[in-house]
Amino acid sequence: MPLVYCGACSHAPGITARAERADTQTRQALHKALFKMGDDIRATRPDALVVVAAEHFANFFMNNMPAFAIGMADSYEGPIEDEAFLRIKHTRVPGNKALSKKLIEGVMQTVDVAYAEEWKFDHGIAVPLNFLTPNYDLPIIPANINCQGPPLTPLKRAWAFGEALRAAADALPERIALVATGGISHWPATPDSGKINAEWDREFLGRWARNDRDALLSYTDAEIYRDGGQGGFEIRTFIAAAAAGKGARGTIEFCEPVPVFAVSCTVARMQIAG
Amino acid sequence: MSLYQVQKLIYQLNRDPRTRERYAAERDSVLGEYELTGEEKAALAQPDIGLLYVLGVNGQLLMHFAALHKIEWNDYLERMRQGLKTHGQVREGVYASTGYEGVEAHDARLKAEREKR
Repeated sequence: MPLVYCGACSHAPGITARAERADTQTRQALHKALFKMGDDIRATRPDALVVVAAEHFANFFMNNMPAFAIGMADSYEGPIEDEAFLRIKHTRVPGNKALSKKLIEGVMQTVDVAYAEEWKFDHGIAVPLNFLTPNYDLPIIPANINCQGPPLTPLKRAWAFGEALRAAADALPERIALVATGGISHWPATPDSGKINAEWDREFLGRWARNDRDALLSYTDAEIYRDGGQGGFEIRTFIAAAAAGKGARGTIEFCEPVPVFAVSCTVARMQIAG
Repeated sequence: MSLYQVQKLIYQLNRDPRTRERYAAERDSVLGEYELTGEEKAALAQPDIGLLYVLGVNGQLLMHFAALHKIEWNDYLERMRQGLKTHGQVREGVYASTGYEGVEAHDARLKAEREKR
């Protein structure tokens, strides 16, 4: 079946960890947009949801850092964060090992991806799932792009990964949905946490919505670091989702800078033909 | 300088409950399993969040190490600011500080912009 859903959203830990410190109206609008994204995903009747995240040392470290990884297990645990900090209960989330294996075999035809039979979710997956599948009733297939430990996965390879995921999903009989998670500009977990380059974010999302491959891939890491901070490296996940959109245009359903959440909180969808 | 080893220990603490239990019960023995300088060992043991930040510990590791020590978010941010004052700019890695007006001033500016719309 062709991919049934393709979108992107924020995963900032502040969204749950510091929820009450944001402007009430903005927070409610964000929650509404995230819950709607969950409804939209369910409406496509997916068999599994691939979450392309930028993880933060929950599983992968500088001793053996994969450029790409995909989970291959029947369940995953998380979040690894302190429950009192993230305010998301530690739990087991269903996966689908057999389906993961088929997807990985497809992706491997064009992109060298590491597979992982163990995977601990961190806020990069746990915060979105808290809104998208709060009952943890949809099998998740976690995927990761190295946005943390330089040398980072090149943007053009993130694009290739998105294309490979799309081709692999399209070739399966199952119905696969895909959500990329990450921040655009942000300076997370530094004294500058809260700084947001909203103009840069809008420009990036404009390129994303037009699905303008050349414009999306034209950033250098030095430019991203200067204009979007070390958190900006996570645009790789959005780029993979754009590639998985296979030429579709995107809609930005929500985008508001929320300093206490440290990002422009975003919900966006590629208008793929389902 | 063994930033890699400092980060490796924090990585294990963040993800592995057994390492956390051992760290609580026999901290010096756990610290001894990593190749750390005296400065690094002291910064971890105290914990001196400001110095760990300046040494270059990735914020995605450091914020959880702070949470493990029950350091509240604003206190965590303040400790990093104090670290910069005491020890100077971040020495390694990509988590350097670039300057920011602060969440309160930023919120006020955004609120004014929203009201103008």
